[in-house]
Amino acid sequence: MPELAKAKEPFRFCTRLHLSELTGLRATTLGQLAAFIKEVPGSCIYHHTHRFLQQHQYLSPEPPNDFAYWVSETLGEDELGEKLVSIDTMQYSTIRELREKISVTIEDYLRLNPLAKLKFARNGEEFHFIKSVSFVLPTNYVVYDLAGFIEVLRKITIDSIYFHIFEARLRLEKATNDFSYWIENSLGDKELADRISGFDPYTCTLEDLRNRLIQIVEKRISV
Amino acid sequence: MAKIDEYIPLVGQAVIDDLRLLGERLKGKVIQHINSTPVGGGVAEILNRMVPLLVELGVDAKWDVIKGGEQFFGVTKRFHNALHGRPEEITRRDFEIFMETSQRNIGEVNTYGDIVFVHDPQPIALVKKKDGNKWLWRCHIDVSEPDVRVWAFLMDFIAKFDSAVFSAPSFSRKLPIRQFLISPSIDPLSDKNKELPPETINAVLRKYDIKKDKPIIIQVSRFDRLKDPVGVIEAFLQVRRYVDCQLILAGGTAEDDPEGFKVLDEVREKARNNPDIHILLLPQNDIEINALQRASDVIIQKSIREGFGLTVSEALWKAKPVVASNVGGIPLQIKHKYSGLLCHSVEGASFAIKQLLSSPEYAKKLGENGREHIKNNFLITRHLRDYMLLFLSLYHPEDVVQLY
Repeated sequence: MPELAKAKEPFRFCTRLHLSELTGLRATTLGQLAAFIKEVPGSCIYHHTHRFLQQHQYLSPEPPNDFAYWVSETLGEDELGEKLVSIDTMQYSTIRELREKISVTIEDYLRLNPLAKLKFARNGEEFHFIKSVSFVLPTNYVVYDLAGFIEVLRKITIDSIYFHIFEARLRLEKATNDFSYWIENSLGDKELADRISGFDPYTCTLEDLRNRLIQIVEKRISV
Repeated sequence: MAKIDEYIPLVGQAVIDDLRLLGERLKGKVIQHINSTPVGGGVAEILNRMVPLLVELGVDAKWDVIKGGEQFFGVTKRFHNALHGRPEEITRRDFEIFMETSQRNIGEVNTYGDIVFVHDPQPIALVKKKDGNKWLWRCHIDVSEPDVRVWAFLMDFIAKFDSAVFSAPSFSRKLPIRQFLISPSIDPLSDKNKELPPETINAVLRKYDIKKDKPIIIQVSRFDRLKDPVGVIEAFLQVRRYVDCQLILAGGTAEDDPEGFKVLDEVREKARNNPDIHILLLPQNDIEINALQRASDVIIQKSIREGFGLTVSEALWKAKPVVASNVGGIPLQIKHKYSGLLCHSVEGASFAIKQLLSSPEYAKKLGENGREHIKNNFLITRHLRDYMLLFLSLYHPEDVVQLY
């Protein structure tokens, strides 16, 4: 096996832990949901499009976002639920764009299906808007090459992988995920970086995501 | 009491590493919990476990208790019921009694913490002593439809805190301070939840003369109207028409709840002459409850109202398929058709139980999903993490906090 390239800069794994902040805002109808989606902080949109992914990490494939789940399960608007669940989050590089897409999807649906405006959630089943407050901490795991990288990938928390793949790109508005950025810029391996950034992490569970990352890197090392 | 490293086989080394990282960030801060009783009740139970674990993680956690007396606790019990939305007659004298005792506590309790963490309404007036330190109010009660007078009275105090904490989104209200969602948790190493050998489970079944010759459905709850034990029997009787099975209703009655024995009589009357219904009046016996849950095929929680309903987490942790009412904190623990089945009526409960008994593979999958969900979200390790993040949030108002 050829000697592994040493990185110009090491990669320090961070972990991201989140706390849910309540806003006291609740929607009973689709109209209210659409109105609040336009005005709540971006960290609310982030929370409701990503929470399911973290809390229900055993479900596969494609866990729904909270908006889709509420619209389908509580209001019984399955068609809109399907439209919301199939929004391709990977296409959007900012929360602002994602918010706009969700908002337009609901408004278009209401225009075509005005009777849907008359549906109310039962008492106790309202949609509650929650903000995600993220705490980012460096861990003690620092790596200089791909062998070390794989070793840490195997044992780091799902929260850390989640942070470097999802949060870095969408919430911190970086051009790509942290792993691809380091592999391209510090290890000079653009092909591997592209392979990692090229798959849709929203279509697998977080444990599957960990395994896929390990497989991709292992394959690269063995070449 | 379990040590923090004993949780590693259940949640993984990295989760405990994260807790230690957070503990380091809180070095030098004294966290002072204050509640109204050192024993009995859910708050004392969780503090008894959490305070030593926080200390082990490097957090200087302390726990103090206010003094009350019969009159004061009579009033706070009525406040508690009124906040839950139950009709209670609260007089002006009640508010005076509350303030008289609170005033004495204000004089006597030293609020030395850098962060003072007040649990529930009883010690709430201590916030008058706030003096440059941070104050948190933890509300363990369902205040989704509170008595307006009691809530307005408490609001004068709540507004003085830095942040409030609720157990479910539906309990939150518009407040002038930050409010966070932190669910309660179960301890996977406690007697109620730890793994049990088959011999222990079988011995408990033998003790109560329950044969494992047909599927067992169980509800573990106090005999209290809000837990709807009569509704559970009605649902069971509907299921029994089509599926040969048996029902266990296991629980106790609170000593301070005279209505409990009345409910128990009604339940016995409803179950009369049916050899497939086992009514077990159990004193607090966590191992036996654990064994009965593990011996069951379907676990029900058909409550009409719930503070949080942690019995659902206890059931799911044992990978059991659960049918539960869509109330209080239960929908946080069960996503319908993913990690259990939610219902709104006797008929709905009976339909869901039939589905689970007739489709064991589906039932098994829901149970497995449920256990994963509890592992990720409702164990004491997650609770510890949330509390430490909550403490840090007092010093960081931003939405993305970089702790480099």
